[in-house]
Order: sequence, then structure tokens, then C-alpha cells
Amino acid sequence: MKLFTNGSAMSVEDIPVVDFEFFARSIAEAVKSGASIVALFAVPDYGKGAARTAAELTALPTNAATEKRARLFAFLGLPTKGMIGGIAADIGSAFPSLTPKIPQAHMFEREIFENTGIVPVGHPWLKPVRKIFDYDFYSLEGGQTHEVAVGPVHAGVIEPGHFRFQCYGEEVEHLEIALGYQHRGIEKALAGGPDIRTIHFMETSAGDTTIGHATAYAMLIEALTSTQPDARAEAVRGIALELERMANHIGDLGALAGDVGYLPTKSFCGRLRGEVLNLTAEICGNRFGRGIVQPGGVGFDIDEKMATSIAARLQKIVKDTDEAVGLLWDSPSVLARFERTGMLKKETALELGLVGPAARACGIERDVRSDYPSGIYKYAAIPVATYPSGDVYARAMVRMLEYQRSASAILDVLAALPAGNTGKPASRALPARSVALSLVEGWRGKICHCAITDNRGAFLYYKIVDPSFHNWPGLAYALRGQQISDFPLCNKSFNLSYCGFDL
Amino acid sequence: MIKALRSRLHQGYKTNAFPAENPRLPERYPGAPRLETERCTVCGACKAICPTSAISVQSGEPAGAEPRLALDLGRCIFCRKCETACPEGAIAFTGSFRMGARAKAGLVLGSVPHVSSTRTSRLDVSNDAHKAVSTGAGNQALNSEETRLIEALDRKMLKIFGRAMKIRQVSAGGCNACEADVNVLETIGFDLSRFGISITASPRHADAIIVTGPVSKNMELALRKTYEAMPSPKLVIAVGACAISGGIYRGLPDVCGGADAVIPIDLYIPGCPPHPMTILNALLELLDRVPRKN
Repeated sequence: MKLFTNGSAMSVEDIPVVDFEFFARSIAEAVKSGASIVALFAVPDYGKGAARTAAELTALPTNAATEKRARLFAFLGLPTKGMIGGIAADIGSAFPSLTPKIPQAHMFEREIFENTGIVPVGHPWLKPVRKIFDYDFYSLEGGQTHEVAVGPVHAGVIEPGHFRFQCYGEEVEHLEIALGYQHRGIEKALAGGPDIRTIHFMETSAGDTTIGHATAYAMLIEALTSTQPDARAEAVRGIALELERMANHIGDLGALAGDVGYLPTKSFCGRLRGEVLNLTAEICGNRFGRGIVQPGGVGFDIDEKMATSIAARLQKIVKDTDEAVGLLWDSPSVLARFERTGMLKKETALELGLVGPAARACGIERDVRSDYPSGIYKYAAIPVATYPSGDVYARAMVRMLEYQRSASAILDVLAALPAGNTGKPASRALPARSVALSLVEGWRGKICHCAITDNRGAFLYYKIVDPSFHNWPGLAYALRGQQISDFPLCNKSFNLSYCGFDL
Repeated sequence: MIKALRSRLHQGYKTNAFPAENPRLPERYPGAPRLETERCTVCGACKAICPTSAISVQSGEPAGAEPRLALDLGRCIFCRKCETACPEGAIAFTGSFRMGARAKAGLVLGSVPHVSSTRTSRLDVSNDAHKAVSTGAGNQALNSEETRLIEALDRKMLKIFGRAMKIRQVSAGGCNACEADVNVLETIGFDLSRFGISITASPRHADAIIVTGPVSKNMELALRKTYEAMPSPKLVIAVGACAISGGIYRGLPDVCGGADAVIPIDLYIPGCPPHPMTILNALLELLDRVPRKN
């Protein structure tokens, strides 16, 4: 296994290509000792001939059953080493599924099957990932069992997805989540790039995580072109990323209050989330941070006057939010709904490979900012917020701790903004036949971007792994044995991305 | 309980005063662009750098007239790259949040749009009200260098929707930014319901749909079914560059490239995403609830 740090690039030949048995064993052993899969994907017809471009790849016939027709890449996060490990194997039209031994591989293998037709033999749950037709739902039969179908269009102002509940009375025995309605074909559109649209695809792959995805992309381009952004640019990115986290956590705490009918916190937090978005808009003019992160640096600077005003406004926001959120913990009616609702065991979370606040609320200490630090997180260590109980209460608690810690990190950085340039776009051409990978702790958890370039330095393959890709199955598990009426509450406590998953 | 009351006092009254007063928006907020056509040399620098091909060079009318620049707000994602690229300062972002149009051609700045002026006054409440409400605004855009006010609904439609309108929102490939800034209108900061407008859960109860996103192929059927489930007369509002034109996703094989490929649109609200004030203002202009000073 080739080891490298977060935000590194290397020649694609540096990733060792091993026989499949060794590949599978290496991953299983690494996972046993605490590693997690950050990306697992197959590049079709890889290594055949020299001049491979994305356009040529799609034009190739895909019926050669016996020859090695794809290269399977696996990247693992090794938190104890603070490194990422890469390993590859060439495969034919089928390979023995890793999922029975490594459950967290299940969604990746389903995705490989859907995108390439290569079969993970022995996969226990080989269902569509983003295809909305021909989905074969698991169903429950017998007296007093019934099925509830919800979506794709939901009751609130949220994205589309389909939920199928198998209930026994009011109790959910099984929930199946079928996504794909938001599929726009981003990864396909990225192949052959980068071009003038690329950064905008990144910013809108999950629009509420604009900074997270744009930062992962920028890190990747900087690694490929050996560009080092100035400390000042890194500081602005860090501030923007933490503001994004704060806005979403505060908004979700308000929405959780709304879902249990506690209106004071709902109203206050709805407004306070907007105040945080307005701080981002002070930096770049856009409430979601469009245009802030650019490969090579940032598009906007924070001058001294702005830093002072942002800091003052932020302190007021935190004070108001602490008060609003504090009301939750003092209200028995809220606690009665939060506690022991949507429980997820730590072992389940580990097996499924959950990330972000959902994992940390099961007591798992897992945070890209401290496990694989980059940018400002190399210098400003933000304590990882965990809570052991794995219920809605834990997820709310972790969100609260995180917005508070983000706020103090932002204030620290604002108080001592490093000198330097905000950076110029990295305009150098990308190197040929290279691979780069970056990890960012977005507000939902670990974002992974991985790019492989072709012989001319264009993207041959670009993989985006949104944290929701890991976490949707977590929500399905959390619903088992719950009242169906608690679904909105459980769903909001995860608040996963539909478009980030569907891409 | 005492604590909740105390914090209610402390949190204060936060609803903005619009439309009586315009809220203060951030200094760097771009707002509506304005073309200074007399400065433009049609060098094409802006056109080359635009990620959504929002800028085009149009040959004016009559044929053979000087070529001139056109900026389509329906495609624009307000990245301001054109403003930076222009050596003559012919594109300026004005900071105005008032944007929107009843017809797609009304979103094109600086063009001479080819719109038929089939203004119709027919209002068929029982059946297909769309033909009656969606035409007529195109003329406004003739030779316009900056955005204009949105034409209000006609009197009969205002009588139906002017004082109470229920909106169903359908995200169809949206990135959750437009959705978030529609959602925020229901918070106390904007308090949409003080205008009689609210979001409703069922299309059966809805007077209007807000569509966001480029309409992914996988959502096409669901969007059409939602539309069909609504009683007539009904309005459709496209929010954001994606829903208007496909935005950054225009031309990709997995999207329809805008909501009007699936259902007819009555109001276009540009942005990526539009500022909540832009959405609120457009809704109120449509319902003739904003003082019309110009």
C-alpha cells in the first residue's frame, strides 16, 4: 500500500497494482486495525494502450468478458498514522465482493456495478444507487404489517428522495432509502476537465457545502500543480469552512426543535442561521460562499476592518445561539423526544463506516481536521466533539459543541490573520498520468475528492465522495424499532445531502 | 418557561421592514448587472470567460446593424468574472436585489428580443390559466440595459391570489442552496406569512409551485405529476439559474435544462442562488404588493 498525506499527488504508477486476493486481504487487515475506506472505484479499461482520454474511454465497447478491463482503486484513511493508503488491482467483468467481510464497502461496490457493469460477486444487497427505476424493495408480509412510501416530493422545502418503510403497527421494522432523483451527472461532466465550469460544479455538487467541496477540489489541484497557497488564503478558507459548519449546525438545531414542536428555539435559530450566512456574504457577496475558494488561494480577502466587524457580529450570534439552544436542554418535553430516539450503536456505526457528527455522536473520535490536518488545522487544533449515546440527543449535542468550537476557532484566526497574498489561480497545466486525493471535514463529515489524469493532463476520472454517501445507511439503521412518527426527527438529526449523494 | 420568556424578550423583534424599507445587504453582494453599451467594444473577453454562456453577441435589428452584447440573467450565476474581464468597464453589478421577469426574454439585458406581442386577456379559470398569465411581459425588455420591474398579475388573477397564496416547492436537481433561501423566507427574519404567502405540503392545496434545480431526468415525471395534481388556476415560479435555463448544468445529458422543458413558467427569478430578498421582492411584485416607484 502506498502511503501519502492528505492533499498529495503522485504518479499513478506509484499506486501498487497487486493481485485481487492480496488487495482484498490488505483492505480487510487495514479496516480491522481502524482504517476506513475513503474511496473505492473502478476505472474502466484502464491501462489498455497509451493515449487514454475520458472521451475515448466512454466510446470503448464493454463486452470483453475475460480480459482485465478495469483497475480497481482503493484509498483508505489510516487515522493512527495520519496517512492515506492507496492500492489497486486489475479486474475483469467480475470480482469477489468485499462487502461480506467489510460492510463499509457495500455502497462503493453497488456504485461500481451501476457505473461499469462489473459484478461484485457475492454482494448481499446489490441494488441501484442512483437509478430510480426497477428498484426492488425489500418487503414485509404478515398480519398487521404494512408499507409506507414517502417521496420523491416531500412535504417541506427539501430535496427529493424516496423512503420505503416496512412497519409492524406503528413500529418501523425496516427502512429502505432509494435515491438518485437529484442525479445531474457531475462526475461524468468533470471528465476531460478542468475547464471554466469545473469550480462551479464543485460549488454546487452540494450547495450547502460549497466551501467544503470547493476546498477539496482546490487542494487537489494545488497538489497536482505543486502550488502552495499563502497562509492568508488558508486562513480565509478555514474561516469560511467553519462559518459553513456553524450555519448548518445552528439551522439544524432549530429544525430539530421545530420537529418536536418547540417553537422558541426553532424561531430563534432560523434567524441566527441566516446571520451566519450573512457573515459569509460579507466576505464574498454570496450567502453560501460562492467564489471564495479558488485553486491556488481565495477569491476574496478579509481586511482588518472586516475582520473586526465579523468578530463582533459573530460573538453576538454565539451569545444569542447559546441562549436559544440552551432552552432545549431545559425543556423536559424536548428531552423526552430527543433521548433514546434514533439510537445507533457504536459497532453499527463503525461497521457501516459512518463519518462526521453522526459518527461522533456514537462516541467515535473521527474528524479529518485532527486525523489528517491540512490548511489552518495544522496549526489550530479544534478539539473533536463526541458524545456516546448515539441518539438524536447525542447528535444535537455534538452539533452544539461543534458550532461553539468553530466559533472560537474563527475568532482566533480573525484575531491573528497572517500576512500574505490571497493567491492567484493555479493556472499551470496538470501533470499527465497522475493521481491526487484530498480530504476535508465538511459540516456533514469527511469529503473525499480523488482525480486521475490522462496522458494529456486532463481528468480521466474524478471521484467525489460526499459524507452522505457513507451516512444514509446509518439513518436507515437508526429507524429500526422506532415509531414511524419519529422519522422526521431522526432524519433531521442526520440532515444528509440528496444531491451530494446523487451527484 | 420563565427562561423561554426572558430569551424571547432578549432575542427581540427581528423581522425586516421590507417593503417599507430596503434591508441593508452586504457591500460585496453583486446584485443585478447593468450593461453600459456605449462603452462596450464587443471585444468578447467577457463572453470567453463566462462559465454558463450567459453572454452573447447579438446582431441588432434591422439586419446589418452594429453587433451588441446581450447578457442573459436566466443563465448568469453572478460569478462576476465578466466584470473583472471587461477592459472597458461595460458590465457593472449594481447591488440591486430587484430582479425577475414574467417572460424569459425579459431576463436578457441589452438585447432586442424576438418576442411575439400576443398579449391575451383571456382568463379561463376552470381550465388552462397559463396562457392567460404567462404572456405579455416580453415587451418590457426591449433595448433594456438594466432590469425592470416585474409585471404584476392581471386583475382577475390578483383577485384570486393577491391576498393569499399557497406555494408548493419542488426541488428537481437543485443543490440545496436555492431551496435553503426559499426556506429562509418562512423564518422570522422575512416572515413570508405576513404577506399571506405560505409554503404548503401538498400540491392539492397549492396555488403555485416554486421549482428549483435544472430538472434532473430522474425528477421530470415527479415534477409533471406535482403540476398536474394542482388545481387551476395555478402559477409556476422558476427560482435560480438552474431552474430557468439549466444554469451551470445546461447541456448535460442527465438534466432537462430548466423547468420550462417540462411545465410552463409564469415567473423567473434569477440568481445562484437568488438572495432571499430577490425571491421575496419578485413574489410581491407579482402580487402587486410593492410600491411601484421607478
